[in-house]
Formats: sequence, C-alpha cells, structure tokens
Amino acid sequence: MHRTGPIVELVSTISDAAETIQQLDTSQLVKHLVAAIGADSVKSGRLDQHLYAKDASVLRGTSSVVTLPRCTADVQAIVRTCTANGFSFVARGSGTGLAGGAVPLDNAVIIATARMNAVEEVDVENGFAWVQPGVLNLDLSRALLPYGRHFAPDPSSQQACSIGGNVANNSGGPHCLAYGVTSAHVLAIEVVMADGETVMLGGLDAEPSGYDLRGLFVGSEGTLGVATRIAVRLTPNPPIVKTLLLDFVQPNDGAATVSSIIAAGVVPAALEMMDQRAVEVVEAFANAGYPTDAGAVLLVELDGMADGVAADVETVRRVAHANSVRSVRVAADDAERDLLWKGRRNAFGAVARLKPDYYLHDTVVPRTKLQEVLEKVYEIADRYELLAVNVFHAGDGNLHPILAYDSREPGVMDRVHAAGAEIVKASLDAGGVLSGEHGIGLEKRDYMPLMFTSADLAEQDRVRSVFDPADSANPMKVIPSGSRCGDFAGHTGSGHTIPEGAWV
Amino acid sequence: MTAVEHESVVAAFAEEIGRSDPVAVVGAKTQWLVGGEPAEGVRLVRAPAGIISYEPAEMTVKVRAGTTIGSLNEELGQHRQMVPFDVDDRSATVGGVLSVGRSGIRRRRYGHIRDFVLQATYVNAVGDVISAGGPTVKNVSGYDLCRLMVGSLGTLGLIAEVVLRCVPVPTASRWFTYDGDPRNLDASLFQASSILWNGDTTWVLLEGHEADVESQAGKCGLQPTEGAPLVPKHGRLSKRPSDLYGLTGDFLAEIGVGVVHVGVGHLETSGAVEQTGARHLHRAVKERMDPKNRLNPGRCPIL
Ligand SMILES: Cc1cc2nc3c(=O)[nH]c(=O)nc-3n(C[C@H](O)[C@H](O)[C@H](O)COP(=O)(O)OP(=O)(O)OC[C@H]3O[C@@H](n4cnc5c(N)ncnc54)[C@H](O)[C@@H]3O)c2cc1C
Repeated sequence: MHRTGPIVELVSTISDAAETIQQLDTSQLVKHLVAAIGADSVKSGRLDQHLYAKDASVLRGTSSVVTLPRCTADVQAIVRTCTANGFSFVARGSGTGLAGGAVPLDNAVIIATARMNAVEEVDVENGFAWVQPGVLNLDLSRALLPYGRHFAPDPSSQQACSIGGNVANNSGGPHCLAYGVTSAHVLAIEVVMADGETVMLGGLDAEPSGYDLRGLFVGSEGTLGVATRIAVRLTPNPPIVKTLLLDFVQPNDGAATVSSIIAAGVVPAALEMMDQRAVEVVEAFANAGYPTDAGAVLLVELDGMADGVAADVETVRRVAHANSVRSVRVAADDAERDLLWKGRRNAFGAVARLKPDYYLHDTVVPRTKLQEVLEKVYEIADRYELLAVNVFHAGDGNLHPILAYDSREPGVMDRVHAAGAEIVKASLDAGGVLSGEHGIGLEKRDYMPLMFTSADLAEQDRVRSVFDPADSANPMKVIPSGSRCGDFAGHTGSGHTIPEGAWV
Repeated sequence: MTAVEHESVVAAFAEEIGRSDPVAVVGAKTQWLVGGEPAEGVRLVRAPAGIISYEPAEMTVKVRAGTTIGSLNEELGQHRQMVPFDVDDRSATVGGVLSVGRSGIRRRRYGHIRDFVLQATYVNAVGDVISAGGPTVKNVSGYDLCRLMVGSLGTLGLIAEVVLRCVPVPTASRWFTYDGDPRNLDASLFQASSILWNGDTTWVLLEGHEADVESQAGKCGLQPTEGAPLVPKHGRLSKRPSDLYGLTGDFLAEIGVGVVHVGVGHLETSGAVEQTGARHLHRAVKERMDPKNRLNPGRCPIL
C-alpha cells in the first residue's frame, strides 16, 4: 500500500519537498472525507494533527487527518476513502494507551471513536449489553448499576479509557484477577475491516459456529480493523465485598504473602501491591490513612457470599500473620473502601509529587518471582539514576514499575529507555512475558523476538494478513517488520518512518 | 526430564506430523464425530501425554495435549486445584477437549474453557512448531492465537502442549432440584455453578463455602439430590439464554448459558449460529494457515 508508495519515500528523504506534496495530497483526501461524512466530522488543522499524534506513551507520530465518525457507516466510508487514496488508518479511543498503539505512523488517518459513545441496549436476561466503542469504561459500569451488573475489566484509567480501546488491548485491571481480562467479557464485535466491509465476530448465542475470530480480534491493537459495536458480558455485582489493607515492614514479606494467599486456595477479586515510595505519594494525595512508613502494603479485595468471604478474610489474615504483617485493616464501610481505592487508582498521577514525568512499564512475572524481580528493578533504576516506584497488580504477577524523571534533564530519555529495556529482559529471564495488559504497539514491537521465534511471528503475521492484506489498519504495530514471510506480496519493508523515542 | 528432552518430545511430534501429507490427530475419541469425521485413509497421529510442570502457587500447569483430563485433575486435586473441563469420560484428552472447544456444564460459573488456555504450542500445516500466548496468568504479548486453536477441530494446527490456568476446588459442591420456574433461580442465585432444566425439573449445582451453599439453597427452596441429571448426548444446540423456554421434547438446557443437550428424536440436532457475514473470513483463515487442507481434512468448524 501507500507505505511503499512514492509519497512516503519522499517524506523520508527530502522532507521539504515532501511537505508540499503531502499537503496537496491531504487536501484531496480531506475533500473526499468531507464529501463522505460531512465537514464537522473531519479535522485537519495543525492543532488537531498535533493532539492526535500521540497517546499516553512518550511516542509521537504524524497524523494527516482526524475523523470523528458518528456511526458504523461513517467508519466504513472513512476506511474506504483512506484505502482508495493510499492512506492507512488508526482507530483511536481515548488515547490512554501506553504502548503507542494509537500513535499514527506515516500520516495515517485517525478514526477517533469519541462520538460513538452510546450504550445501545442492555439485555439482563441474556447477560449482555451492546455498546459503541467510544463509551468510556466507567460510564458503562455506571449505566449498568441500575441493573445490579457491571463490566468487570476495570483498568486504573477507567474514567478515561474507551471500551473500544479495552477490546483492542485486551485490557485488564485490579479486578481481573478473579474475573478475567477483557477477552472473557466480550461476546461479539462488529468490525469494519480494512476493505470497508462489516463483519460480526463472535455472537450472542452460546456457541457461535466457526473459529474464535472474536478472541483473535481482542488484543489485536487495531491492526485487524475498527470495532464499531461491541457486545460486552454483564457481571452480577457481588453481594458482599471486603477490602483489606495489609501493612508490612519488609517488602519481601508482602511479596511472599501474595503467592501464599494464592497457594492457600484463595483467589481474591483484587490483590494489589504498593511499595514504600508509592504509599508515600498516594497518602499525600488521598489521605486514606495508608501507613507511610510501611515497606510495602497490599490491598486485598474479597467478594462473593457472606460466609465464603468471611472464611477468606480469615485465611488472608492467617497467611499475612505468618508473613509478619504489622497490621490488617478491614474497610468498615463503602466510604472507607472507596478511599483506599481512590489512593490506588490515582497512584500514577500522584507520582508527579516526586518528579514531573514518569514512564510506566508493564511486564508479568510468575508470582513466586515477584520479590526477585522487584529487587532487580530497584537495582536497574539506581544504576541509571532514576527513581523507581512500584504499584501493581501483584495477584497476577503483573508488574508496573514506574520510572520517575525530569524530562528537562539532558539525556534522561536515553537512560529511561535503557533502564526499561533491562526491566523487560529481567522479567523475561524470570519466566515472564513482555506485556500483561498495555500491549505491544510500537513500544515493545521490536522486543517481540525476545519472546517469540521467527516462525511464531511469521504465523502471527500470516493470521493478521488474512484480515488486512494491504496492511492499512494501524500498520507497523505489534509485529516487527522483519517477520514477513516470502509469500506475502507487497511488503517490501521499506519507507517506514519510525517516530522519535521509539525503541528500535 | 530436562528442558531439552521436553523440546525433543515436541520435535518428535512435529516430525511425525510431517510437512506434506494429510494427517488427523486422535485423542480418546470421546467427541470424535463433532464437526465431521476425518477423510478416509488419512494418517492418524497422537499427541504426546504427560504433565510437564505444575506450580500450585502459580495456579498454572503445563501439560501435553495427549494427557487425559482425569489424570490431570487427579494431579491438580492433590493441591485442591482443578481445571473445570467437565467431561463425561475422564479419558478425554486435553488437546481433544480444547480442539472441540465445548465447555462443560459448569460454564455458568467458570466461563468458557478457552479462557483457561494461557499458552499453546502446536504444529502448523508446514510442520513448524509454533508457540502462542505466554506462560503467565496474564499476558497480552502478540496475537492471541490460542483462542483460534480452541474449537478449531485441529484444522489450523495440532496442539502439542498447553499451559492452563487452574482454579481452587470449592470446599462444598452440592446438587439440588427445584420445581419452580428456572428463571427465578437465574435471577436470585449468585454464581450458581450450573442450572439445568429439562422443561419440567431444574437441577442446580451450588459450590463454594458450605454455609453459603446451605443458605442459598434454603432461601430459594431447593431440594437436595444425589447428583447431576443424565445429560442427553444426541445433539447440542446453541441458543441465547432467553430462547430456551419454548423448547419441547427430550432436552436439557443450560440456564443462563444457552447450550441445549438434546436426545434422540429431537427436531433440532445442531443449531450453531453463524458469525454474521464472517464466513468468508473463517474460510480465508483456514486457507491461509493450511492452504493444502492437510490438517484434519473432512472436519469443519465453519457452518
Ligand atoms: C494512568 C493510566 C493507568 C492505566 N491503567 C491500566 C490498567 O490498569 N489496565 C490496563 O489494561 N491498561 C491500563 N492503562 C492503559 C490504557 O488505559 C488501556 O490500554 C486502555 O484500554 C486504552 O483505551 P483507550 O480508549 O485510551 O485506547 P487508545 O489509547 O485510544 O488506543 C489503544 C489501542 O486500541 C486501538 N483501538 C482503539 N479503539 C479501537 C476500536 N474501536 N477498534 C479497533 N481498535 C481500537 C488503537 O488503535 C490502539 O492500538 C492505563 C493507562 C494510564 C494512562
């Protein structure tokens, strides 16, 4: 497609001349898009191009035109216009992604779903709701509240992130420990494919025929098409919820408690850990009564029926005491519980008290290796003179090391990236994986060979190419460019413009 | 066995599968006819068996595809863990159950069996060993090809081994019957493991803490009973939960899930609904991944 076309090559070689040509070409594209979906849904000003050129990562790309579709037909029209004019496209929810998934490369057209934000139908008996992709995660659970149901995946960014983004990234959240990540909560997806056709993946009956293309689409980071309607599974709200705050002097006692709770046969609804620095900044922000002198705290949530929850609370207490817990606080009411969670959910923002900028990592290690890898993280951060803060989904071994820094320091980004690379490698060495929930996107694309063989990657790309043979849906993400097999026509792998800050 | 020896088991399986002639994989033949019998004369292979590693504190197990569900759950049971793959015949194999992709009667509580697969290692149509997913309980690295394998009837790749997520064995597990409308239970029971209805009687499986099981049963007027009802085996329908109440004849419906097990003589015998407008895509996936149609020829998971 256009990635190997003359325009792109010009852009990457003689930038000034390319600018003029690109400008011309974009104006044609804008004209076609305006004709297709109306002027108020097409934005091509410099400010819009700038705003939509990045997500919540440090990566920045270049967008050409930003579109704001209102319905599936709009998305189809946009996609068709893009392909007819040799442009690729990038679906975008709220731009809270941390792996550069929504960062446009090669002047891709942005398809922002913000206006497609209706909860179309709630069907309690059949346990689903049809939602448009731009519905925000927390808005969905609020809409389901009157029915005594919720959408289980609850990323810490839930006030801002969209269901479309959740589906594309197979997002998780604190409560995914017991309830499972997004894939387990999506029944069907209406997708506009790269050729502009609409298909339904999955279905509302118990066992839809065919391959589980729904499961393949979830987590595909916008590279298989644009999700335009999603049937999410409804989860009944648990009758009883207990939230415990465990306070440890020694961080390793906290980590040992995590795997001991699981080994004791209790799978909490959520099991989160914060290290000392995290507790300090969170408490300064939330005033929730977190013990600021603790070496580590665990936030444990147990839910279900009354007696089972009571028994689990006792098991957690027993395990924690066996691991030298200093105190166990059980939230007395919803207000106290909300306060504790408010601290946890705003932990990333609260890091701003330490340094103006932060880089949030995401890897998974076996739960039994948590302490070992955490120590490694501190050692790496020290060596690169960065501040490491850890607040993460400990129950499933999902580390979120935060490297806090000040971007005004010269050369600091090089240190941040080098430290990040070492953290990723340390996680893999411990038997872990590249990403637990933020995705591969651009950020970790070129680390994929650390986890997969070339045959594995060729297989992934083979499947991807069935959906998008011309590589126009969010191109150059997830799979490193060298993974193409000989049998894929049209991919020369040249003409890529990799944005600054990408780990290549 | 060392890691190298483990790899050689997979390599030997790949070798046996080869790179060109038609081949089908056989497990315990407990669901052999689902999706059609393999073409006549096709060479049969068996996946290797055995548990490779089990980490109770991780609640994960790495197991070869030819391992029986019975022996797997026996091992996990020693640590009060299990994989809720409810099969009628304990000799069914892990690979077979996943390739067919039908969840057991406790899906209402534990979810679809596909959500238990963390990593899958399989041999593809050209004989390459492919690994997808990851060994940890959470992972979003790359495309989720594991999901694609579940329910594919071995038409995209032959599974050699998988890493599965386990769950704790509930402390109490008890069957009850109920005379009223099953819809009442669907609404009022929290996380019932199974609600089965034959148009007349409702069977309910409650699992969890002893006292919760008792109090839920008491509250809803459930009567204790011996165990699960006999599940008709002749056919299997796929419906929406709300579409179960007009059923007649010999059937047992999974309330809240939509799977219907039907007996001989039932008017409908299969009823899976197409993923609308996506048939060409399913075909294209198959053609791309197995262009010569050599993996389990004759079987077809597509309507
Ligand atoms: C402070 C903070 C905390 C976070 N906490 C968590 C957490 O706890 N758990 C977690 O999993 N993530 C977390 N995230 C990451 C992020 O919020 C999630 O990945 C989220 O799901 C992204 O949603 P979005 O709407 O912002 O998507 P975007 O960033 O806009 O897009 C993400 C990807 O989805 C694709 N996409 C978006 N919409 C569609 C669509 N309709 N069809 C196809 N593809 C689409 C994009 O192309 C891109 O590849 C956090 C982020 C921040 C900033």
